[in-house]
Formats: sequence, structure tokens, C-alpha cells
Amino acid sequence: MAMMPYVSPEQVMKDRADYARKGISRGRSVVAVTYAAGILFVAENPSATLHKVSEIYDRIGFAAVGRYNEFESLRRQGIRLADVTGYQYAREDVSGRSLANAYASALGAAFTEGSKPFEVELLVAEITPFEIELYHILYDGSITDEQGFVAIGGNAESVTAALRENHEDHLDLDAALRLGRDALSAASENGAVPPERLEVAGLDRERGRRKFFRLSEEAVAAATGVAGETSG
Amino acid sequence: MSQLADAFGTTAFDASGSSFSHLLRRIDPTAVGDGGEARGVDAVEGTTIVALTFENGVIMAGDRRATAGNIISKRDMRKVFPADEWSAVGISGAAGPAMEMAKIFATELEHYQKIEGFPLSLEGKANKLSQMIRANLGMAMQGFVVVPLFAGYDPRGLVARIYEFDAAGGRYEERRFATTGSGGRDARGSMKARYEEGLERERAIDMAIEALWDAADEDSATGGPDLVRGIYPLVAVIDPDGYTELEDEQVAARVETVISSRRR
Repeated sequence: MAMMPYVSPEQVMKDRADYARKGISRGRSVVAVTYAAGILFVAENPSATLHKVSEIYDRIGFAAVGRYNEFESLRRQGIRLADVTGYQYAREDVSGRSLANAYASALGAAFTEGSKPFEVELLVAEITPFEIELYHILYDGSITDEQGFVAIGGNAESVTAALRENHEDHLDLDAALRLGRDALSAASENGAVPPERLEVAGLDRERGRRKFFRLSEEAVAAATGVAGETSG
Repeated sequence: MSQLADAFGTTAFDASGSSFSHLLRRIDPTAVGDGGEARGVDAVEGTTIVALTFENGVIMAGDRRATAGNIISKRDMRKVFPADEWSAVGISGAAGPAMEMAKIFATELEHYQKIEGFPLSLEGKANKLSQMIRANLGMAMQGFVVVPLFAGYDPRGLVARIYEFDAAGGRYEERRFATTGSGGRDARGSMKARYEEGLERERAIDMAIEALWDAADEDSATGGPDLVRGIYPLVAVIDPDGYTELEDEQVAARVETVISSRRR
């Protein structure tokens, strides 16, 4: 009978973490920035249709980096969970915290028990009249709540450093968008990220029941002041 | 993905993947469908809904009365609901299952739009509603008949359409006007005499209010405008700007005009 070589649990976890991190670091980053009316997600995304940021429920938004098919399936599951909860109880009973916890336990279970961990990192944001909850969920299921701003993905550390330097409370929408764009650009080896490669969406508490909005490429170009200009 | 996936099951090529009602049936079968033996219960019933198209949109209006047998059980019931930004659903028949259907239908449309990233077509929405009526057939056979009316504007094709249904889920597209409910026949007669192509918005609103007036005049289950309590028909307009409901004061003013033209 063939004997499995002994591998320590520490080594197994380390290998899995390395594997997941490697997958995530290949992808481009997403930043979330709070601003006067809510929260803004800015993602570097060459595709106009394969979104990294999307609406989950009335007050809840979602952003992800890493392997597209994995976070897309997680996004769909999140919408299902939210819509069923809202139907069975009431719309206000759907919370970002419980969704973030569901994601954390799903990623955690796959990390420890599954054949391979998810190569994704997620953000779940919920906006209320007075505050913004922003949860950051890692590939191993660990979860933190963030204040003000956060960056996830390939160059998260350098993007975060750029955000930390320039983030202020109560930015207006355009300023928040420029802050996000500049932070992504600072970490990009190709310099400034052009508007057609930016995906911008967010939650705005001034809106009606559904707080989620998405900015068109033209709106992004106008806000970042580079309309008509094409940079590499 | 154990926790989320166990609870909600997932297969990439499962065609019900974007459908909220299929999902609901899977995880909570009692939420949709057969209600068991229920003969002899005087269920609360909603009554008359009218819809008509005008030059650049469609109007849906409903009276506010709910009845249980020959009792007026509610005087300010809402029977016209926004299904999404571009469509409305009006309900008549057994109020409980009908309101539930309107709620699931609205969730269905939003669910699809969030999952797929774009909304269903107008015809797709009507077909979905027809399937939901068909799923209610067991309840309908026991007396809990739900017959909605669906109206919407298609921002891609720039057309407004009305869809009528029967209790078995039959779906009939209508370009001009349609009614449902116990006073529907009288309301239909009223609009038939006055309807013309390319109506102006205000004229179409008056016509809807007038049709409800005629229905209330002939049908005891349809409520007329309640001037004492200040309860007026609910009027929704769907045009290139999306779904809007008229304020009570606006409806009151139109009702006043309609009544005074009939006063003698």
C-alpha cells in the first residue's frame, strides 16, 4: 500500500495561501473610496461588459478581483441569498454584514476543505443614512471591516499607499473618482489608466430604493478630465 | 462555496439560474403554488383595473375597493404596482395570492436584471407573468383566481404594450386598451366608445378615470372615488421617463373634471 508522505497542516495552509495569492496578484486592482454621498468603486477593467463591481441589493454593492468565473458565481449566489431573504422577511432585513459573513464562510470552507481555494478577494459595502459598512473578505475566509478606503487585487499595497496619502472625508464624486483613478495609475506600469479601462460604480444614499449606480465611459472621461484623449 | 451553494444549488447551465420564482420554489415550495383545500372561504377580492396606451406611453389605473363576499373589506387598497422601472402590474381576483404574485413578479424582474446585468424584454416579462399565473392554476381551481393586467414601455423598441391574461395563463397582447376584474366589462365599454389612436397624456388619464367611474357605476364590487375620505383611483403612467404615479391631488382634480361633466 502506498503511503502518503507526511505534510504538516502549516505547510498545507501555506501552500494553499500561496496558490490563492498568486492567482489574485495576476489580476488588476479595485479600490473603494467613501465620498460625500456614499461609496465609490473604481476598478481597472479592460472589459466593458464583464463587470467586477455590481449591485447585490437595495443598499448593498459588491466588488471583486481575481478569477472571473469564481467571483461571478459568488456574486450570483449573493444576489440569490439577498433576494430570498428580502422576500421572506423584509427588504430592510437584508444586511451587508450577513452577506459578508456568508461569503467569508463559503471562502473559508473552500480554503480548508475544498480541493482548491478560491482565487478571489471580495468587498461588500452597505450604505445606511448615517454610515457606510465596508467588508473586505480574503481568499481564506478572513474578514475585516475597513474605514474610508481600501484597495484589493494585484497591486493592493502600492494602491493603498497612494489612497492613504490623498484620501479625505467628504470628497465629491469627481474628486473621489480622480483619487481612485490616480491610485490605480500610480501602481500601474503603464501610467495613467484611460477612462475606457476604468469601471466605476457605487452606492449613493441620495438615490431612491436602489442606491447602486454605474457611470458610463463618457461620464468617467468627463469627470477625470481626459475626454477624447487616449493615453497608453 | 458550501454554505451559499448548499442552500441555493448551482449549475452553470441551469436555465432557471436567473429566475427568482424557480429559486424560490426550490428552497421554499410552499411559497409558490397549491394552497390545499379552501372552498367556502370568502377570500378578499380586488376588482377593476384598466390600461390604455397613449401617444408615447401607457396608463394603468385601478379602483381602491376590496370585497369579501358582499362586504367591503378595504377602501384604500393598492392594486396597481410598479413591476420595475418600465412596467406596471395591476391585480384583480383573490387579493392574497394576487398581491403575492405581484411581489414575486417584481422581485423576479429585479433579480433577472441584477444577475444578467440587463433587464428582460417586455415580452419576456409578460411571458414570465403568464407562467406564474399558470403555476397558480391549482389555487384558481379552488376559487382563488388571479387575473393580472400587465403594461409596460419598451425603452429599446420605444413602444408601449398591454398584456391581458386569463386564469389558465393565456397571454394576449393588446395595443390599445384592456381591462380586468369584475367591473372590467363596463370599463371596457366605456373606453371602447372613446378610445382613439395617439391620445394625449392628459386625455388618456381622463379616459382611464372615466372608465373606472363607469365600472363603479354598474358594478357594486368596484369602488368609485371616495370624496368623503379623499380616496381616489390609483393612476400610473409609464412613458420614456419610466414609471410614475400621479399624486392624489392631481387625480382628485381630474376626477372633479370627470364628475362635473356628468353632473346634471
